[in-house]
Amino acid sequence: MDKDVRILAIESSCDETAAAVVVNGREVLSNIISSQIDIHTLYGGVVPEIASRKHIERINQVIREALAAAAVTLDDIDAVGVTYGPGLVGALLVGVAEAKAIAWARQLPLIGVHHIEGHISANYIEHKNLEPPFGCLVVSGGHTHLVRVRDYGEYEILGRTCDDAAGEAFDKVARAIGLGYPGGPKIDRVSREGDPLAIDFPRGKVRGSEYDFSFSGLKSAVLNYLNECRMKGTAVRTADVAASFQKAVVDVLVEHSMHAVEEYGFTEFAIAGGVASNSALRLAMEEACTKKGIAFYRPSPVLCTDNAAMIGAAAYYEYRKGIRSDYSLNAVPNLQLGER
Amino acid sequence: MKILAIDSSGMPASAAIAEDDRILAEYTVCFKKTHSQTLLPMIDAISGMIDLDPRTLDAVAVAGGPGSFTGLRIGSATAKGIGLALNKPLVHVPTLEAMACNFFGSSRILCPMMDARRSQVFAGIYSFSKDRLEVLMDQRPVPVEELAEELNKLAAGTGRGLVLLGDGAEVYRTFLEENLTVDYDFAPPNLNAQRASSVAVRAFQLIREGRLQTAEEHCPDYLRVSQAERVRAEKGTAARTADSAAPGR
Repeated sequence: MDKDVRILAIESSCDETAAAVVVNGREVLSNIISSQIDIHTLYGGVVPEIASRKHIERINQVIREALAAAAVTLDDIDAVGVTYGPGLVGALLVGVAEAKAIAWARQLPLIGVHHIEGHISANYIEHKNLEPPFGCLVVSGGHTHLVRVRDYGEYEILGRTCDDAAGEAFDKVARAIGLGYPGGPKIDRVSREGDPLAIDFPRGKVRGSEYDFSFSGLKSAVLNYLNECRMKGTAVRTADVAASFQKAVVDVLVEHSMHAVEEYGFTEFAIAGGVASNSALRLAMEEACTKKGIAFYRPSPVLCTDNAAMIGAAAYYEYRKGIRSDYSLNAVPNLQLGER
Repeated sequence: MKILAIDSSGMPASAAIAEDDRILAEYTVCFKKTHSQTLLPMIDAISGMIDLDPRTLDAVAVAGGPGSFTGLRIGSATAKGIGLALNKPLVHVPTLEAMACNFFGSSRILCPMMDARRSQVFAGIYSFSKDRLEVLMDQRPVPVEELAEELNKLAAGTGRGLVLLGDGAEVYRTFLEENLTVDYDFAPPNLNAQRASSVAVRAFQLIREGRLQTAEEHCPDYLRVSQAERVRAEKGTAARTADSAAPGR
């Protein structure tokens, strides 16, 4: 048996400052997340400069907590993994500079990790038997990707959003119906009281690319509906709007995913990213997978949100392949999946 | 005592290693590559040149602001990471005090300034009394007109003359030439910009004054709130004014 590999992982791509210690990519010894959500709520969304400032205020404390909670010191760490893209450049740079400095000072291998690869790898943590190949839908505030995971670290993007990310659509619609930020959890909650069939919102299709997504048309349809109600003086049932909107998003996500399952013959399908916490999506995806007779995986909510444990999981498989980053590692805000 | 000093507050990225007031190595690059790409490779290169074992460092000094927000954070995160990894203290060196140390011991009045956009510069005014740095105007964002007035007032009749340095002096060169009524010189290129050896020189003084901090507590000093906070505060003031006016109507 090979020696255990302990990775200290750091994530600061958006508005969570996070650090974790992960063993062999699957066992999480600690997973510390310092959320900035309260301050960004004042502005109705993430303010990049404020996010960067908060990261540098918190990062050392978060890393120290991660080491302490794992009951290890840096002497026990074999490598440092860090998210270097995609994300907010100023926010990413804090984690990248910090990780590089730690790696340099302790002469540890450094591994730059793709944020989305991290989200996908979150599934390895709780599902010890899950191994590539499988299909994965990554849905968050910044990303909507339908991915074919060929092997560890090998990805093929089947589809992506042409405009808004799914989570972004949740945020915008939540703002329009007065639920505020962050939209995802709020729409999820309110939808439970609403009728998902009350309003027939459009299911966005992208001509010529069957796996791509488009949510801006749906968002406009919701805004138009609200406007019409206002003009006609009809009362808006917020819960119905939320539930109907959510169903329109979920339907498209599930339909495209199941289409990929058929075409590529996946026997395992996973979801990942912040929107993977959405209860309607989880339920619909599980039903669809069961109907197809394939295994369905989703991370616990804490591993769906931005976190460093998932970065540690992804970093481990890069580490095993001998992939190392050098000290010139930079933040790449629009890093593409599979790109280095 | 051995320290690593870093300055990534402006256009140059600079790193130096100093021991007991001696500069063992210094590396400065002023190029279009980002500090994220250059700073740590530079630190690694000079450490290699002098066979430095990072564990033998006693502290890490960093130009803590003002400066480019992103540049400051790259320097601070680098210093904080090293501090955390090796359990070493940090020294937060005000950027403009470090720049004044480019003219350590000069009898003239020193005014380093950095372009702060929005018609302002980040500037401080300093002089040396033997080897003690005296702060005549603490570093702050200031409209260049106001700075020129302040400099005229401070230098008039002293016979000491001024040295102007930093990228702010380049940006506002014409304005300063037209509005300064006292003797002045612009610094030559070798003394005009941020350099880590000057951060180290100032850091040794601050260490002697006991001004060390933990890696955890260190944060850059931006001298300016973010734009989002500024806009929000302005709106808040407007809203409060409207509120307080309301009862009178």
